[in-house]
Amino acid sequence: MAKRINAALIGSGNISTDLMMKALRCAEINPVWMVGIDPASDGLARARAHGLKTTTEGVDGLLPHLAADDIRIAFDATSAYVHHENARKMREAGVVMIDLTPAAIGPFCVPPVNLAEHAGRREMNVNMVTCGGQATIPMVAAVSREQDVDYAEIVATVASRSAGPGTRKNIDEFTRTTAHGIESVGGAKRGKAIIILNPAEPPLIMRDTVHCLTATTPNQQAITESVKKMIAEVQRYVPGYTLKNGPVFDGNRVSIYLEVEGLGDYLPKYAGNLDIMTAAALRTAEMLSPEIAAGAYRQTNPQSGARS
Amino acid sequence: MNARKIILHDMCLRDGMHPKRHQITLEQMQAIARGLDEAGVPLIEVTHGDGLGGASVNYGFPLHTDEEYLRAVIGTVRRAKISALLLPGIGTVEHLRLAKDLGVATIRVATHCTEADVSEQHISLAHKLGLDTVGFLMMAHMLEPAKLVEQALLMEGYGANCIYCTDSAGYMLTDDVKARISLLRERLQPGTEIGFHGHHNLAMGIANSLAAVECGAVRIDGSAAGLGAGAGNTPLEVFNAVCHRMGIETGVDVMRLADVAEELVTPIMDEPIRIDRDSLVLGYAGVYSSFLLFAKRAAAKYGVGSADILIEMGRMKTVGGQEDMIEDVAINMARNKP
Repeated sequence: MAKRINAALIGSGNISTDLMMKALRCAEINPVWMVGIDPASDGLARARAHGLKTTTEGVDGLLPHLAADDIRIAFDATSAYVHHENARKMREAGVVMIDLTPAAIGPFCVPPVNLAEHAGRREMNVNMVTCGGQATIPMVAAVSREQDVDYAEIVATVASRSAGPGTRKNIDEFTRTTAHGIESVGGAKRGKAIIILNPAEPPLIMRDTVHCLTATTPNQQAITESVKKMIAEVQRYVPGYTLKNGPVFDGNRVSIYLEVEGLGDYLPKYAGNLDIMTAAALRTAEMLSPEIAAGAYRQTNPQSGARS
Repeated sequence: MNARKIILHDMCLRDGMHPKRHQITLEQMQAIARGLDEAGVPLIEVTHGDGLGGASVNYGFPLHTDEEYLRAVIGTVRRAKISALLLPGIGTVEHLRLAKDLGVATIRVATHCTEADVSEQHISLAHKLGLDTVGFLMMAHMLEPAKLVEQALLMEGYGANCIYCTDSAGYMLTDDVKARISLLRERLQPGTEIGFHGHHNLAMGIANSLAAVECGAVRIDGSAAGLGAGAGNTPLEVFNAVCHRMGIETGVDVMRLADVAEELVTPIMDEPIRIDRDSLVLGYAGVYSSFLLFAKRAAAKYGVGSADILIEMGRMKTVGGQEDMIEDVAINMARNKP
């Protein structure tokens, strides 16, 4: 087995803590640090209990330790606002950044769709789009790899409890970034994203609906097979990713009804929206780890991560 | 009666887009808006039924863009101000800026009644742009009055100068309205206006609007000829006539508004706006009124009952915007049919 790559988790909230739980049982990634700003954070306490080093001084508290602890990869689960500065500091230190914020400085990564493309490029920063993007872009891609998609639209419905203050403060960023990802990664000519928060108790499991309008009459058999294959791909890292209904064909409309249940590591199972982000981020790191271990990312130039 | 003077806000060119499947023509909009303006209606809402940016597979593609509708209507009216609806999660601040640039005077930022904090960026921007800024708490029957006030206070804090208690399902009874409006009036700043938006699914539109006025609401939504989702909104020409009888000043001419309803709005209806069985179910079970036509279509396509779909949507505690679940529910029902 290859040596595990040492990683830092930036942020100590729900996402970061869930990511840590997943990384702890990962064969390729070894979580060493968790970075927070709130000494009372439950995430930091859990991190310490699992033997991680922690700081409450933000990324600056981590920087002096990067070399000694051989940190080669960082996950940022803070906010788009903070990410820009974090990204710069990590890039200068030669640490590969997996960005779970909507900052989208680096290129989008949706593992079953375009992770393989990223592997050879040695980007210093890849962005995980949004939860709705991770849940739906694979389906858009499953249709668009069979037939041209003129327009794709997704509706992500999440439990109110699973939408944190960051998402709520800037909900437009979700719709904008997801729509962009539907186009650039999903392969639709035009994309639109809608997000709905539902406060029902007990909380509902994340639901996602994907509507594609194909340029020509959809080939029902080919699209159905492609969708089912893609579902199986996503299930490799999110076992609770389920096709509830469809694909429904109605003229040129192809509609796919999904449910995303999480693993329940740190976040509750209904929060499939958060689980699919952490699982996708970890899968991305796993995929990049052999090259990182081989030192491929060390000879970087300052621009390499700034592609936008 | 608390207020002797209120503002009537017409919905037929926004909520009325639902029963029209967002297919009202520019000429129809202009004619209706001109009629409302001449009748003295001070505020007219013009947007896709699901607000700015609502054009979608999920809610329906409109005949024209928000921009085209707004441009046409704003260029037509002389006295009336035009409002636009925005649902965060569907529309964005870019839409808000566009509406402002087109000359929209009032922005109404709508969230589910428990989710006011998603409106912060939109309400604060609208306020900063100097717009009449309204926080619109939808499906307000699902939240007890004290909790509704907490959400209203958030919106007020972001910069809303008016807060609506919105009965999207037409579920509320008079006491429900009174409890909510009274507490809002008591707890919000004296300068913050209170509004009520009703649906007529249980024929409570007029009675509920009067109850709201009695408890301090000064903005009342209604729709000429009731054209709106479900069994429609509070029929504005009827409410206006009742207000005149009761000495509540609206500034709107009774007969002129009745003429608009009769001669301009009623003729464009695809189906009569009435409390049919499905609309009754909306009001009785507390289901979002815009689901009505989607349920009827899915019922026809999958051979299941439309009322059953709506009841199931209510049981699932769906909220506004979850139109996508209607086909999903219909497919499940068809699959599980005995």
